[in-house]
Amino acid sequence: MPITRTQLAARVAQELRDGQYVNLGIGLPTLIPNYVPAGITVVLQSENGILGMGPYPFEGEEDPDLINAGKETVTLNPGASFFDSATSFGMIRGGHIDVAVLGAMQVAKNGDLANWMIPGKMVKGMGGAMDLVHGAKRVIVMMEHTAKGGAHKILDRCDLPLTGKGVVHHIMTDLAVIDVTPDGLVLREIAPGTSVDEVKAATGAELLTPQPPAQMKIPAGVA
Amino acid sequence: MDKVVASAAEAVTDIPNGASIAVGGFGLNGIPHNLIQALLEQGATDLETVSNNCGVDGWGLGVLLDAKRIRRTTASYVGENKEFERQYLSGELEVELTPQGTLAERLRAGGCGIPAFYTPAGVGTQVADGGLPWRYDAHGNVAVASPKKETRGFHGRDYVLEEGIVTDFALVRASFGDRHGNLIFHKATRNFNPLCGMAGRITIAEVEDLVEPGRIDPEQVHLPGIFVQRVVQVGPGGKRIERVTTRKRNGGQ
Repeated sequence: MPITRTQLAARVAQELRDGQYVNLGIGLPTLIPNYVPAGITVVLQSENGILGMGPYPFEGEEDPDLINAGKETVTLNPGASFFDSATSFGMIRGGHIDVAVLGAMQVAKNGDLANWMIPGKMVKGMGGAMDLVHGAKRVIVMMEHTAKGGAHKILDRCDLPLTGKGVVHHIMTDLAVIDVTPDGLVLREIAPGTSVDEVKAATGAELLTPQPPAQMKIPAGVA
Repeated sequence: MDKVVASAAEAVTDIPNGASIAVGGFGLNGIPHNLIQALLEQGATDLETVSNNCGVDGWGLGVLLDAKRIRRTTASYVGENKEFERQYLSGELEVELTPQGTLAERLRAGGCGIPAFYTPAGVGTQVADGGLPWRYDAHGNVAVASPKKETRGFHGRDYVLEEGIVTDFALVRASFGDRHGNLIFHKATRNFNPLCGMAGRITIAEVEDLVEPGRIDPEQVHLPGIFVQRVVQVGPGGKRIERVTTRKRNGGQ
């Protein structure tokens, strides 16, 4: 059975280590900060120019001068800093960001990522995604395992235009945790109540199982 | 030295038709909305803008777009604007989409005398390989596509050559400025503003507070006045928020 969006956020949050600098994409990844384990402090980077981004403001305390890369009102945590966009992407390109988590339309077995355009539809732009996927030390794709209607998103080859080639390290979905390795995709974990065969059927590329996959660990109380 | 002009209208009076203009801001955050409004009233058209976004319908650069004053724009994300989409897909507007970090660095580089630089962003994609639709014809076919760019390996990785950007004018917004043009940007409004300020041959800054030279601590200056040619005081009004997101006070999300 697929896990919920919040359970997936809680599972991805377990990947974060104390002291890491982390950039979270728009959509699903924005749920992650709610589930960072106790005792772990990470510093969130927002590519419009913030390190140390905090939660949303209390009602009535929104500041038009303080938004995140998703254009949402936010606050700061102690120790935060501001900088211009060139410095921001210097941090990103320069390899100073430990983890980037972003969504995807398609991921290929070699780590190719497509998440920015569908030919024939309005092209809205790549924003910072093409810079992020090359700069962050670990790139985690967080997404639903299949598209609406069950179409495969994990494929031998992306057929959508790429955001980056060979850039994804881990794929974390509502069905599985998959590592992108030089040998191909390795199935590390499966969702509770799901079988390896079900995950394979929902995946458009070969999944290697050098060891039997573990069950995805969802923290108690996360529904 | 006094770079102060009396009004936003006076500050933009000599921007001609066909001018290239770098415009600061991210979304609606830190955009020079007074200068944009003055440019709308001034009437210049056939403009080439360089800005991370292109406003929203009816605000920011969206007001120039609505009046069909923009011929071409370079941006990283333009998804917030229906009129933009209409003009782009009907061939009225040329659009060069550029990765956000590349856009920031192109502005910085242009302003710093660096004609081009190598970056990994876009390698192995249409950004480097060419073929991104820049302009459509009236029938929805691609009339102008982006060219293939030079790539080169360094230390075992591939990079793409991207060119610096210099524009005729830049419009930026700052929180504090003095008559020498020294600027300070409040919170997240810094974003693209200093970079656009560097890239413009003539940079016009609208400032919320205009203060006497010496009132700004030299250690706190974000953009030194050498990059700024005109300063106009506009006050703090007119800021908009694209997405109001809040949490409840009593322990809720």
